[in-house]
Amino acid sequence: MNKIHELTALLLAVLMAATLAACTGKGDAAANTSGGVLTVFAAASLKTSFTELAEMFEARHPGTTVTLSFAGSADLATQINQGAPADVFASADTRNMEELQETGLVDGEPQIFATNTLAIAVPPGNPAGIRSFADLAKTGTRLVQCARQVPCGAAAATIEQQTGIDLNPVSEENSVTDVLGKVVSAEADAGLVYVTDLKSAAGRVEGVAFPEAAGAVNSYPAAVLSNTKNSANARAFLELIGSPEGQQVLSDAGFGPGSP
Amino acid sequence: MSHQVYSGVPRWIYAVAVLAALVVVLPLIAMVARVNWANFLPLVTSESAVSALGLSLRTSAASTVLCILLGVPLALVLARGRFPLQGLLRSLVLLPLVLPPVVGGIALLYTFGRQGLLGSTLEVLGLQIAFSTTAVVLAQTFVALPFLVVSLEGALRTGGERYEAVAATLGASPGRVFRRVTLPLVLPGLASGAVLSFARSLGEFGATLTFAGSLQGVTRTLPLEIYLQRETDPDAAVALSLVLVAVAVAVVALAYRRPGGRAGRASQRTTAAAAPVRNAA
Amino acid sequence: MTFTFEAAVAGRGFDVALTVGPRETVAVMGPNGAGKSTLLAVIAGLLRPDSGRAELNGRTLFDLSPGRSRWTPPHHRGTALLAQEPLLFPHLNALENVAFGPRSAGVAKRQARADAVRWLAEVEAQELHDRRPAELSGGQAQRVAVARALAADPGLLLLDEPMAALDIHSAPLLRRLLKRVLADRPAIIITHDVLDALMLADRVVILEGGRISEEGPTREVLERPRSTFAAGLAGLNLIPGTLARDGLRTFDGRTVAGHAEEPGPAGEGDLAAVAVFPPSAVSVFLDDAHGSPRNYFEVTITDLEPHGDLIRVRAGSLAADITPAASADLGLVPGLPVHFVVKATAVAIYPA
Repeated sequence: MNKIHELTALLLAVLMAATLAACTGKGDAAANTSGGVLTVFAAASLKTSFTELAEMFEARHPGTTVTLSFAGSADLATQINQGAPADVFASADTRNMEELQETGLVDGEPQIFATNTLAIAVPPGNPAGIRSFADLAKTGTRLVQCARQVPCGAAAATIEQQTGIDLNPVSEENSVTDVLGKVVSAEADAGLVYVTDLKSAAGRVEGVAFPEAAGAVNSYPAAVLSNTKNSANARAFLELIGSPEGQQVLSDAGFGPGSP
Repeated sequence: MSHQVYSGVPRWIYAVAVLAALVVVLPLIAMVARVNWANFLPLVTSESAVSALGLSLRTSAASTVLCILLGVPLALVLARGRFPLQGLLRSLVLLPLVLPPVVGGIALLYTFGRQGLLGSTLEVLGLQIAFSTTAVVLAQTFVALPFLVVSLEGALRTGGERYEAVAATLGASPGRVFRRVTLPLVLPGLASGAVLSFARSLGEFGATLTFAGSLQGVTRTLPLEIYLQRETDPDAAVALSLVLVAVAVAVVALAYRRPGGRAGRASQRTTAAAAPVRNAA
Repeated sequence: MTFTFEAAVAGRGFDVALTVGPRETVAVMGPNGAGKSTLLAVIAGLLRPDSGRAELNGRTLFDLSPGRSRWTPPHHRGTALLAQEPLLFPHLNALENVAFGPRSAGVAKRQARADAVRWLAEVEAQELHDRRPAELSGGQAQRVAVARALAADPGLLLLDEPMAALDIHSAPLLRRLLKRVLADRPAIIITHDVLDALMLADRVVILEGGRISEEGPTREVLERPRSTFAAGLAGLNLIPGTLARDGLRTFDGRTVAGHAEEPGPAGEGDLAAVAVFPPSAVSVFLDDAHGSPRNYFEVTITDLEPHGDLIRVRAGSLAADITPAASADLGLVPGLPVHFVVKATAVAIYPA
């Protein structure tokens, strides 16, 4: 009984401390946004390239700090909808951007700065001998892909439709990272991921490109958000992404070119 | 009545208690407030939702049975046995209670996965655990077993060993003592442990996602379905969450209902009789 | 002998040898922590001694003498245990509780129930068949527990203070009941109550510090106690020492004059003996004005308590019974130094 009381007290203390800490943290963030800080919300797949771009931006704009927040595009859109203080949003699909546009949270037209296509990831050595998209439908092949509800799954569905090949996955994951994870651990014989994922997981998985992927190209739009207090810097960041140097960084990560 | 009896609880405690209750209840209220009632029925009866709920109920029932079959002997050994490293074993068994489920999933993956400790052996035997409903049941059993063991071990300790000793001197073999005395005596503890295990299995998410994958009708349980629906259809996610809350409330109510009537008094007497445990010396 | 027993448990300083004859009931008495419950636990097979052996009706219960290791588990011993609490199985009704022993022995259900009905009648509890333990009073539950123990047809019945948890109205009924059912069967009963020993037991064993300090037929032990504990039970003063020509030589060198029932050996030997006298034979004086045939003890009063219509004056291990009027006249209070005086003719001296 005493134990339970102690535990409750401890829990309460932790709760209070956590609340305080959370409040303080938020205050700091708010204070910084009004200063020389640019907050960029970007899709998780952009992590490597946007980290590099942010460093590049800070070098060109001394005194400005770029704060990056990476998550699933849907999560980020929800956070922005709930009033998260962001200046730039870079999404991995057009749908989440369109939703923000509808609620009037986007300033101006979003620009498509990159594209991404699907590729097949297989464990090192390609134990199931996957050579083509059609091979994925072979019986006994343990295929993992994204669920239709998320962009990478929607793209796979489009290709299925175009090719008439019916895939029979053993699992439909919520994110492309989960798909990659199951290929890396060799639980799956093959996974449908993005070309960029092959780059980031190089060495842990092998890639199999397939021409049908061109039928479902994912566009990455970026836009300045309407409640930014830093629109000059925000616009400058978008310009950097679209510049030849910016495009080179994205291309190195495996992204296709955006539409100017 | 409650105003007539001195409770000894300072007033400010009530204020904090209300705060604590709000921490738990307010988010639930907020969620209920967001339910799209007009579409509620179609949302929770969609093919994928019904399939997920059915899978959740089936796998949770299976893992609860597994928990009982494995947990009863384990609790008995922990409560009554005397062997070296008993304390260590107890701590290890209870670990999933505090372990992040995703860690459990990773651990299971490296045990039953293709490249895992047992996985390659199982593969040779033609058994594939990963991506199967079996994997879901395993993940749920992994996280739910401690609940059963903890509540049963508590019941066993409260009851003491004196009834068993008397039964033995009356000529009952250990097997008969177990069936006819020990099990009936701890039945309430076993029942609440089983209900808690079922509830924990029903809510299992992280280990399943990591270890079993997510495929409608095979491995996509209700929590995974909610997680997926959230990507595109928040209304469906909220509606399904409400279903899960309703099931959880029913389960918890079942586990903690006030014991009434004869059974209640009998168990009180049991505890009262067990309290003044005399030194066997 | 029906039952022979000897065992030692080193960790508890327990070392006891004991026998119980057929149809004999042995009362085990002794201060708390003397090892009484250890004795029953070892007999019942709930505690394994370090060494010893025991046999019941020709069957070995355990044999842990050097080089041997035989151990019969509790359920094969036929030593039913009745504890201070009834410990009826709460999920079974009275009849099912009583039928538990026969059912465990493999008796068919119908027969076991018939046995149970008979045993419940034997303990005057036939109207309690369908009651759950929670619906029984303490006395009723203990009667059902007696029936349950007897229904198991034990070769030796073990009773661990069966009356201790009962109220003063239930205890006499159970005592009468036990007297009847224990009359023709071997049993060991632990008790603190001298009345239990007198009514139920043929023989008393006094356990002190894990060892038997005294044993014998109940009446003899209570009339001629040889241990301080037994004297206390019998309500007698007891002074230990050695036998001397003129009485008893105490360990601090005094001589207690008394009536030696068996003349001691010629000369002063080292034969242990005790001087025993009732508190009613003790007079209390404030000074030492008394004649020669008397023993006197300089003592300090530790306690005064009512004892029937007298006052019992306690002074250390000795006690005197005097009238309230005398106590008032002398102005007795705890802490007061007084003289306890007892006539030599009232002191019995015999070998311990």
